[in-house]
Amino acid sequence: MQSLGIDVLWKGTNFLRLLGGLWVALRISLISVAISILLGLLAGVLMTLKNPVLKAVLRCYLETVRIMPQMVLLFIAYFGTTRVFGWNIPAESAAIFVFSFWGTAEMGDLVRGALISILAIQYESAYSLGMTKAQVYCHVILPQTVRRLIPLSINLITRMVKTTSLVMMIGIVEVLKVAQQIIEANRKASPNAAFGVFATVFLLYFLICWPVGRLAAYLEKRWA
Amino acid sequence: MMEQNEVLLEIRHLKKEYNSHTVFRDFSFQVHKGEVVVIIGPSGCGKSTLLRCINGLEPIQGGEILLDGKRVDPRDKSITQVRQKIGMVFQSYDLFPHKTVLENIALAPVIVQKRQKGEVQEEAVRLLERVGLADRKNDFPRQLSGGQKQRVAIVRALCMHPEILLLDEITAALDPEMVREVLDVVLKLAKTGCTMLIVTHEMAFARAIADRILFLDNGEPVEISSDPRQFFEQPQSRRAQLFLQTFTYG
Repeated sequence: MQSLGIDVLWKGTNFLRLLGGLWVALRISLISVAISILLGLLAGVLMTLKNPVLKAVLRCYLETVRIMPQMVLLFIAYFGTTRVFGWNIPAESAAIFVFSFWGTAEMGDLVRGALISILAIQYESAYSLGMTKAQVYCHVILPQTVRRLIPLSINLITRMVKTTSLVMMIGIVEVLKVAQQIIEANRKASPNAAFGVFATVFLLYFLICWPVGRLAAYLEKRWA
Repeated sequence: MMEQNEVLLEIRHLKKEYNSHTVFRDFSFQVHKGEVVVIIGPSGCGKSTLLRCINGLEPIQGGEILLDGKRVDPRDKSITQVRQKIGMVFQSYDLFPHKTVLENIALAPVIVQKRQKGEVQEEAVRLLERVGLADRKNDFPRQLSGGQKQRVAIVRALCMHPEILLLDEITAALDPEMVREVLDVVLKLAKTGCTMLIVTHEMAFARAIADRILFLDNGEPVEISSDPRQFFEQPQSRRAQLFLQTFTYG
């Protein structure tokens, strides 16, 4: 059997460089996820309001984000704005903007779904016990919404983490780009590095997304 | 026979409409303390709407509803005070699914009435014993049968010490074999002098429990009878006769 090409990782600081790249990817996803959750909660509540104009605007926003591949959004935000508006946005900021823009729309739709899935009778039976509006939301509606939301939003979070691999297309040196650099630099000495290094990247993504997925499964079971 | 008691609930010239559809044009009615009034009538006659108006869950377009002399007004801040005195049990799905039986019962007494948690829980357990569910206090609603859920919902309403209980077709969503256990609880309550306004399709139950029958059709009190037996055997109005016939086969 040929060498798996994992040995290159132990040359110099290669493995540390890979972890550094992973941290870049994680940083972008964590910040984007945090922004998406906050703005998504707001967007979701707004989506359940009866205002037709607001509804139409949010609907358009959601559909646009869903139709557009994330890579196209990245190119528009990074290259497009520089040409047309002369903005010189750092690549990482552009990436965070695009991922938050996407995450907010998806998260908003999840929040909207969770909110409308709560039966009117839950509000009514809480009101009929003499609770104020704030008490009804705080003790009855929001706890149920969050329980429905957590498994779904964790799924979204893992998707966002995985999709950050696209940001190397706008020049960000994240884990996948570092992997490519290591492979290129060792083309002669370890021609099989492509396998070993990419397999390691796979493992790193797995180590991050798998526990998050397990958590979702656990919560889903507990709160079903 | 209950007329000597004071009036607890007074409905004066109630007017209720949904968009262009009028449910009540000019409806007046009184319920006395300790009285059990059963409301029957064809579906869409306004039975449930009436209970919802009394509890301030529906805005009304005219007239007034007074409980113990205090106005029920869903737009006013006082509504939460009034609602504490009105216990309501719905057809189904009224328990909070994320809370245990005990938490369901103790939530409002603790956060709304600011009572001591320990004291409320003791009372909750005592009430659960009365409906035969003390051993289920730590279960979640999804672990209970439909009949058990409704008994818990009744206990939850009782734990607020309401002055009147509104029961809105509480057995309509239950399997037939569970209807009995719920109605038995209500019957026991009636014997303790609890004032109740009950909407039901269980005619034998209505007959057994009612001090007065209110027969509604199209938002009109077509027949009010303080002799349930007589009402069921010889209804005075043509519409009540036709309605009761639909419950007998052959």
